[in-house]
Amino acid sequence: MKDTYIRRSADTAARRIGDETMVLAVADSTLFSLNETASVLWEAADGTTPLRTIVENQIVAGFAVDSETAYRDALELVAELGRRGILEVADQPLEERPK
Amino acid sequence: MISLAEELNAKAADAGIPLAVHLDLTWRCNERCVHCYLDHDDQGEMTLAEIRRLLEELAAAGVFHLTLSGGEPLLRKDFFAIVGRARELGFNVKLKTNGILIRSPEAARLRALALDSIQISIYSHRPEIHDAITRVNGSLARSLAAARFLIAQGLRVKLAHVLMRQNRGDYPEVQALARDIGAGFVLDPTITPHLNGDRSLLALGVAGEDLRRVLKDPELIGNAGEFCSPPAPPDDAVLDARPCSAGHSACYISPYGDLYPCVQFPLACGNVRKQPFQEIWRDSAPLQEVRAVRIRDLPVCSTCVHAGSCTRCPGLAFMEGNFRGPSAADCEKSYLRTGILSAAMRRAADHR
Repeated sequence: MKDTYIRRSADTAARRIGDETMVLAVADSTLFSLNETASVLWEAADGTTPLRTIVENQIVAGFAVDSETAYRDALELVAELGRRGILEVADQPLEERPK
Repeated sequence: MISLAEELNAKAADAGIPLAVHLDLTWRCNERCVHCYLDHDDQGEMTLAEIRRLLEELAAAGVFHLTLSGGEPLLRKDFFAIVGRARELGFNVKLKTNGILIRSPEAARLRALALDSIQISIYSHRPEIHDAITRVNGSLARSLAAARFLIAQGLRVKLAHVLMRQNRGDYPEVQALARDIGAGFVLDPTITPHLNGDRSLLALGVAGEDLRRVLKDPELIGNAGEFCSPPAPPDDAVLDARPCSAGHSACYISPYGDLYPCVQFPLACGNVRKQPFQEIWRDSAPLQEVRAVRIRDLPVCSTCVHAGSCTRCPGLAFMEGNFRGPSAADCEKSYLRTGILSAAMRRAADHR
């Protein structure tokens, strides 16, 4: 099965505030609020760790959810964040960017 | 409906998070604007290492919006290193500059750093007026060239126009110029006293009919009927509100590390060279005093019909002697906008 890799877009600003992460797309100043699980994915989006590993190690281990459901939800979420231009999604590793 | 940005601001103020910080990297400048409120001699600016440490402290405290300004921030040789570190730490960076040192390569570097926006001061469309205000020949041409370089890179640029006697009547042309080059436009009708307390700069500001025309110009204010209509008497929601974000979810830091509630509110709250930012933000007695104030605590303004719509600046009030008091410049704006005297103006008239 093909892996999925995710990396934070360089054209964003982000800050964790409580359980949420505020992400601003600087191109058009659109502000997004990521919930706790989306924040975990955001922070782990280094471009080099496969999404399935992130989900197993950080979502399944930290939240009461089964692997397949968590992975399916994660794929849906990263696709949406990719469409919004704040996350890069690829089927091969991307170069890591600083958090 | 409340926007996500408003929700974030309210959440930050409730949680005591300093969402926005204005950091002046230097007070040195390559212009000598007649209305400037700063002392341009270098008194020992924070070093790159100190600023890097400060940025880390600000990020840990939850600061999201970081405005870098001056003086002219690009005069610092380490300017791009500072911006680079700020972006690595996830800040949404806005820059205020005169643009004189920005040519095509600098614009490209700023684009690569994904800045939110760049504000450039333009005092007139006429070089003889702009250059006389900045006291630098050729400065209008350089500033506008910078704006064009930045826009060509796809960056968001705003032309900031400070209204004063010297350039009165020029703002529609500057607004049109902004439109022509694809920039935003922001007009500031407020002249600030010098940070050393000297109030003579205020004589440069426009008042009376000149200011009234600006405050009623539909090109600037949108819905004139709504903006200029008599205000509703303040209700509990207005009286329980915070006067402004200064000290609540925003603050200012000088090139020497001094922390104030706002650049226009020079109340000494601590120094980030002597104490960690978080400690000052959390424990400073002056900041706690500012934070405790709600509109109902303002002895004159809480009785004013303009309380819910006034742009009252606690910093300007502070520089008039009392941050719980009225700010004369804002009383005048409320009056000129609506034709209704403020409570402070009525009291002054009664005492004559």
